[in-house]
Amino acid sequence: MNRRNFLATALAAGSAMLTPESSAGEMSHFEPPTAAREADAVQTMTFALTINGAEHQLPETPVNTTLLDCLRDSLHLTGTKKGCGLGQCGACTVLVDGRRVKSCLCLAVMQQGKQITTIEGLGRPEGLGTPEELHPLQAAFIEHDAFQCGYCTSGQIMSGVACIHEGHAGSDDEVREWMSGNLCRCGAYTNIVAAVREVARRSASA
Amino acid sequence: MIEAHGTIGSSVPRVDGRDKVTGRAKYAAEFAPEGLAYAALIESTIAAGAIRRIETASAKRAPGVLLVLTHENAPKLPYLPAKERPAVEPVAGEALRVLQDARILFNGQPIGVVVARTQSQAEYAASLVRVEYDVDTNPLTRFDPANAKPASAAAEKKGRGPESRQGDADGAFAAAAHRVDQTYVQPREHHSAMEPHATVAQWQGDKLTLWDKTQWVYNDADEIARVFGIPSESVHVINPYIGGAFGSALRTWPHVTLAALAARQSGRAVRLELSRRQLFYSIGFRPRAEQRVQLGADADGHLQALIQEAVAQTSTYEEFADATLDVPASTYASANRRTKYSLLPMNTNTPTPMRGPGHATGLIAQEIAMDELAVELGLDPIELRLRNFAERNPRKDLPWSSNGLRACYRAGAERFGWDKRSPQPRSMRSGRHLVGMGMATAMNPAPRYPSSASATLFADGTAVVRSATSDMGPGTYTAMTQIAADALGMPLAKVRFELGDSRMPIAKEHGGSTTTASIGPAVRAACAALLEKLHTVRTQFQLPQAETNDVVLRHAGLEILEAQGKAESAEEQKQYSTYSFGAVFAEVHVDPDFGTVRVARIVGAYDAGRIINPRLAHSQCIGGMVQGIGMALLEETAWDERFGRVVNANIAEYLIPVSADVIDLDAVFVPGEDTVLSSLGSKGLAELGLCGVAPALVNAVWHATKVRVRHLPVTPDKLLLAT
Repeated sequence: MNRRNFLATALAAGSAMLTPESSAGEMSHFEPPTAAREADAVQTMTFALTINGAEHQLPETPVNTTLLDCLRDSLHLTGTKKGCGLGQCGACTVLVDGRRVKSCLCLAVMQQGKQITTIEGLGRPEGLGTPEELHPLQAAFIEHDAFQCGYCTSGQIMSGVACIHEGHAGSDDEVREWMSGNLCRCGAYTNIVAAVREVARRSASA
Repeated sequence: MIEAHGTIGSSVPRVDGRDKVTGRAKYAAEFAPEGLAYAALIESTIAAGAIRRIETASAKRAPGVLLVLTHENAPKLPYLPAKERPAVEPVAGEALRVLQDARILFNGQPIGVVVARTQSQAEYAASLVRVEYDVDTNPLTRFDPANAKPASAAAEKKGRGPESRQGDADGAFAAAAHRVDQTYVQPREHHSAMEPHATVAQWQGDKLTLWDKTQWVYNDADEIARVFGIPSESVHVINPYIGGAFGSALRTWPHVTLAALAARQSGRAVRLELSRRQLFYSIGFRPRAEQRVQLGADADGHLQALIQEAVAQTSTYEEFADATLDVPASTYASANRRTKYSLLPMNTNTPTPMRGPGHATGLIAQEIAMDELAVELGLDPIELRLRNFAERNPRKDLPWSSNGLRACYRAGAERFGWDKRSPQPRSMRSGRHLVGMGMATAMNPAPRYPSSASATLFADGTAVVRSATSDMGPGTYTAMTQIAADALGMPLAKVRFELGDSRMPIAKEHGGSTTTASIGPAVRAACAALLEKLHTVRTQFQLPQAETNDVVLRHAGLEILEAQGKAESAEEQKQYSTYSFGAVFAEVHVDPDFGTVRVARIVGAYDAGRIINPRLAHSQCIGGMVQGIGMALLEETAWDERFGRVVNANIAEYLIPVSADVIDLDAVFVPGEDTVLSSLGSKGLAELGLCGVAPALVNAVWHATKVRVRHLPVTPDKLLLAT
């Protein structure tokens, strides 16, 4: 079936469910042309990423692979979580050159030469510690019971670390505002705020 | 019976905390067996009809693609009949059979699956599939209560029948001195757990391993075994961590079958992870419900008539009946009561239990209506509830196994400072904001299921206790470790609790607020049996009581010592009515110009029997409050009734509370234990934490603004249009 024929049938099939006000023109929006999409097939390439101080060489990877999928699927660094893949929930938050970013909205191939920090590397100060050594915010999350299911936790902690470094943890209100990009469906927010505030206070007085 | 010392009742930190804060806790999608391939769903874009033609050639040619499965090339699956309908299934109907025919029953229905070498390749290829449909031009996509049908006999068997009557409710209502007669709407809501549902499936010969997001590993194995016509023992389900579920992972959804099928047909281990958008179609949801409540009271505020009628949506292929009217019929004393429950079949996926299933829904209508009645009577809302306190469960005419509701009203009111509330609406202010205070009763059934566990002692002096239950976040790992450590008389650090594996001792679903009360007694039984075996060994080898466990094992030349334990359902439970109770108090600040509502604080007082770990229980309750804030102020599925499609199928537009929405939450527990339910003394807590929150907030909004919103959520437009 060629594209023109296909569209005609799709429209015929689709029009049955259209309300009288709808136009056939709107319907084409539901069915993007296949042939054009097929031509978009993505390239692959090999590249290296620096994650938690170590260089990781990636095999042939489609260039549209997100940093998130690259971490989880290619490198099996599954501490970084996928909650929505749409930049809405913050579960995939990592640090890139010290700034918090949602790794589902970054292409892996664009992170070459940058320092990527994930939850797995957070407890190792300057790469000199051990994975067993908790970052103060990780410890504070346990102490304040700042999670239940644990799925948003990596993102909350990475975001909280950045929030403190940014100087956005001066009051409970400020933390609430600057941590609102990280959703928690179990509803641990008050405990998360308490954990971030405690570490912020300690690091301010240190 | 209950230890005075030990760790039960103490706020030990979560035993799985370290794994969760370091990212080492592994969720279903994170298991990667050798040669793992990745799947993506193809979904219908019409609500009803049939597939006329499905064009997969482009998808098959796309890079990395290993398999494209549709109803045209999928094998027929046995789908053997179930010996017994699992408790988590809808009361009637038949689950969707994937890729078995061309029928379309709802928009977003899985109609195919693509397997590729990477996730992005699979998703891209799935986007290339084109479908032509024979469209049913009259889909059931509009929520029209006129088309509702009475709940069936199958629902009746589960206590969710079309009608219940005591006395002459309608006559008493007509004759009552004070009356409320209103209709309340709760929209369709989605669980929206942070972890998407995911399945990793791997076949080795005719044995299947599933790493699957599930609240019931045993049932997951049984269901998939039934679909594929293989013995349950051939399916091994593993799921140590669940990233939240709130009911959405009770059933084994069609995508689990698709993952297993894709793995079998591709000869590879396959991961199928649902996208956030797909989660609005491929798992269940809390059904939209419209409820009419009629309350009649005498001049003193004693209820004379209590009538509640609910219409809720279900799918066209299954009858999902929620326990919407169970709690409202059991809350207050009234000689005359009547309930009516109807269901509206629609072209949608089937609804499913969502935290406080039915109970929270029924309470929204009843507790807003009770607030309206208090206004009508000029009575304090707590006083009205106290005057109608039910000394026995009025619906079942059974004594309560325990009931701390009055203590909850007292403790909650004191903690909240209810005495500072001026009775008049729109009479309290903070700066330019209107301040409102409201309250509501919370109540949720607290059943207990038969369970089993094992306890194993190792020669190094550590113990492992196992049961095939789950921990979707409440703290099963921690609570069971505490119970086991106390039962064994061992320090917490020497005991590990394991769960989430269908090869462990059998357990029922991790849902319905049953886990602590059900698994706890089985853990105790296993530990007691282990101590007994240990005693036998001591006696046999004539070892003094003072010798430590590891020494005993070494003396006896044993590597391990293991015992099993079971807890049956208590017979005496049938002579009692067992519920958890609570009272929820909320303060809201409303901007009079913009109609925006800020939740300044919520205080809940709860009777859930013996609390195993106050810190975790507190977290669970304030978590329920956060979801209640969502229910009251934010959550609503935008439903396109032309196409039966969710318009806001993502978590930026389907609004759930964020940190900025939550200020001050507090939960207190009234002392008590329920020894009828079990020797442990604990009752369910999880769902109770959601119950009552939304109506308390709606009542607080009324008190702030004098505007009564009866259609959730309370959005600024509703407040502004009313003034």
